[in-house]
Amino acid sequence: MQFHQHELKNGLTIIGETNPAARSVALGFFVRTGARDETPEVSGVSHFLEHMVFKGTPNRTALDVNRDFDRIGAHYNAFTSEENTVFYAAILPEYLPQAVDILADILRPSLRHEDFEMEKKVILEEISMYDDQPMWSAYDQAKRLYFANHPLGNSILGTKESIGALTRDQMQAYFERRYVAPNITVAAAGNFDWKRLVALVKERCGGWAAGPVGRKEVREARGSGAFEVVHKEKVVQEHVFLISPGPPVNSPLRYAADTLALIVGDDSGSRLYWALIDPGLADTADCSFHDYEGTGSFYTSFSCEPGLTQKNLALVHRVLAAVQHDGVTEEELRQAKSKILSRVVRGSERPMGRMQAIGMNWVYLHKYRTVDEELQAFDAVSRKTIRKLLDRYPIDQVTTLALGPVAKLRRVRGGNSRNGKR
Amino acid sequence: MASRIYHHTLANGMTLLAEPMAHVRSAALNFLVPVGCIYDPPEYQGIASVLADLITRGAGPYDSRQLTLALDNLGLDRDESVGGVHMRFWAATLARNLPEALEIYAHILRRPHLPADEVDAVKALALQELQSLEDEPRQKVLIELRKRHYPAPLGQDRRGTREGIERLTIDIIRRHYQRLFRPRGTILAVAGNIKWGPLRDQVERLFGDWDGGEEPVVKLGEPAASGSHIPKDTTQTQIAIAFDSVPIGHPEYYAALGAVNVLSGGMSARLFTEVREKRGLCYAVWATYQTFKDRASVLCYAGTTNERAQETLDLILEELVRLKDGIAKEEVERVQAGLKSSLIMQEESTSARAGTLASDWYYLGRVRTFDEIQAAIDGLTPRKIVAHLRRHGPRRFTLVTLGPEPLRPSRRFAADTPVVVES
Repeated sequence: MQFHQHELKNGLTIIGETNPAARSVALGFFVRTGARDETPEVSGVSHFLEHMVFKGTPNRTALDVNRDFDRIGAHYNAFTSEENTVFYAAILPEYLPQAVDILADILRPSLRHEDFEMEKKVILEEISMYDDQPMWSAYDQAKRLYFANHPLGNSILGTKESIGALTRDQMQAYFERRYVAPNITVAAAGNFDWKRLVALVKERCGGWAAGPVGRKEVREARGSGAFEVVHKEKVVQEHVFLISPGPPVNSPLRYAADTLALIVGDDSGSRLYWALIDPGLADTADCSFHDYEGTGSFYTSFSCEPGLTQKNLALVHRVLAAVQHDGVTEEELRQAKSKILSRVVRGSERPMGRMQAIGMNWVYLHKYRTVDEELQAFDAVSRKTIRKLLDRYPIDQVTTLALGPVAKLRRVRGGNSRNGKR
Repeated sequence: MASRIYHHTLANGMTLLAEPMAHVRSAALNFLVPVGCIYDPPEYQGIASVLADLITRGAGPYDSRQLTLALDNLGLDRDESVGGVHMRFWAATLARNLPEALEIYAHILRRPHLPADEVDAVKALALQELQSLEDEPRQKVLIELRKRHYPAPLGQDRRGTREGIERLTIDIIRRHYQRLFRPRGTILAVAGNIKWGPLRDQVERLFGDWDGGEEPVVKLGEPAASGSHIPKDTTQTQIAIAFDSVPIGHPEYYAALGAVNVLSGGMSARLFTEVREKRGLCYAVWATYQTFKDRASVLCYAGTTNERAQETLDLILEELVRLKDGIAKEEVERVQAGLKSSLIMQEESTSARAGTLASDWYYLGRVRTFDEIQAAIDGLTPRKIVAHLRRHGPRRFTLVTLGPEPLRPSRRFAADTPVVVES
């Protein structure tokens, strides 16, 4: 495998990892923009724009876009997060020129009025769909509660009101500001010829406008510490999120943070598994770490029979307090590392997995890491690193949101770390 | 392109399949044991799911905690799940850990403790899972669809019923295990960076002297007859539709697959284009193919806000019926491109390969080669697909909706086509 990198004159970066043994190639356009870059009056515009990108250009109608992708058998889609909007396709090697042609073309969308109004309906349907999924509502509301007035609390979908009021011209203005060449990275992984890729991208994207890039309010968030119960009678299980602070994406501690999240909340053999799932107290329990520019956070969550919520909340506090007080064991660390090793290796066996990994790494850190370097970084995590992480970012310093049929919950104060599970 | 596929049947009837993949570092294993939920006794619906949970709570020399730790130490991502016909044990990790993982799985399949003191916890979990379905309307409507479309117990859901789970005792669960867990009909498929000889020898050593178990008889009954609407106070109405197709192995299987992909193969396929792209009626709309050995169906789904649900339903039914009226060459070419690239990309995933090896063996008694599938895809034409639809196309629909109000099935076209909507 070999890594390559090239910057066009307008500031667009191309990176690639070639692997002649792969059967396919994955190609992604990473635009460094997302919900955190939105002002309240255009809440949801990044995600809506992601949809509009598929609705055509001066060269293609919406139907043409879908047909052209399907004609080459592409596996393609896009996603929007707080910080990135990513458009991607996996194709057989012989279709690379067509894939570059389509992706580059649609990244300069027409944003036609009639398409805008039609797609608005789809977005409103998507909001309604999540409305019926309480776990997702709980996550979204918990994030807002934790981040308070920090832009990372912005909703990715927006609201029915903000989407309803959004105009095509507001979207156009946002597009012109954020989809400038220096804000875009093209990443490829798998079986392809690097020089050919650069030539193709240069031909199609070399004329894209440059412009200033940036991001406001890249500051740390420590969480509001609030405790909120959202009473929803029609929901059946209770859905609870506890969010605590973590390191930002450029911190060397992020490897320790991923490892710790696995030890606390992986779906097999983790502390939450033994405390909640094994005894049948909750139907889901999870802990995951998300890192962002400037800050990071741990999302601990569970869902359960409403009557068990108070008890489970106390158990989760106990688990977090025990980890905070005593750290993790050597055995836990060893197990976490073997899981990570296997996941990283398997994830990198498909060009799509590799493309996403190198793309994200580049967008955030302007660095390339081989699979082995990535594994070494995880391998270097020690109990000491995890202690350092916990001292700086206490995992038991939580902001809590519960959503479901429970009307009242007592806030659990502190944790009795001496009686921690295990 | 095609790699070599190995096969070995043990004297006791268990099947081993393997596909060495030299270009990867991982390996995946996939056990299919013929203890799916259609074999749940009617009074104990949910027993297979409870067993699938209990079976990893201690086996051979390991107690529950030690077993989990042993599997975790090998870096396994794993899943024990219950389907209609099979209980499935899937795991993937670095290839070098595979032999050790197999040793542990032999304990799980053959020497589980099924500890009495864990039964309450496992039952509580099963009941919570059943209840959590109420917060997942899409899953719920699809489960209700299958119950109403297939003759019982084929459409049964793995989660079972509250009464069925509550009735379970450790003795009942152990008897179910002893009666049904057996080598005959069990398939183990392995794909990844492995060597065939040592694998075959190890599997012979671990499973060669496994015996016992009986082949259960399943008597097919009627589909669940209860009403086609599930009232629920939701923002969106969930729409689910099923119609019969032909099973894998049928001479028209690829034509059936082609038809489903014309409907829902990519974003330019008909359902997505007509329902979402042209009218903005929903975010999610799709159709998928589901097969048993002797029968198959196409299942369609859409979720849409209540006031637009009737229009969405009418439109989808219209698209389903219209399919047999003609398909463009270009549509088939796109389907072919999509199927071919999936076929090739599957070669990059050890999990996908282990899954396909086992399911091919179960359905067909052999593993299809790459060239065979490619030739079948190349052979698709609009004429073949339309001819298939005229013979086996959608005629009778099963419809289930979930939301605040029921919908009227199909009034727009019912007059001039022989289509029947069951409700």
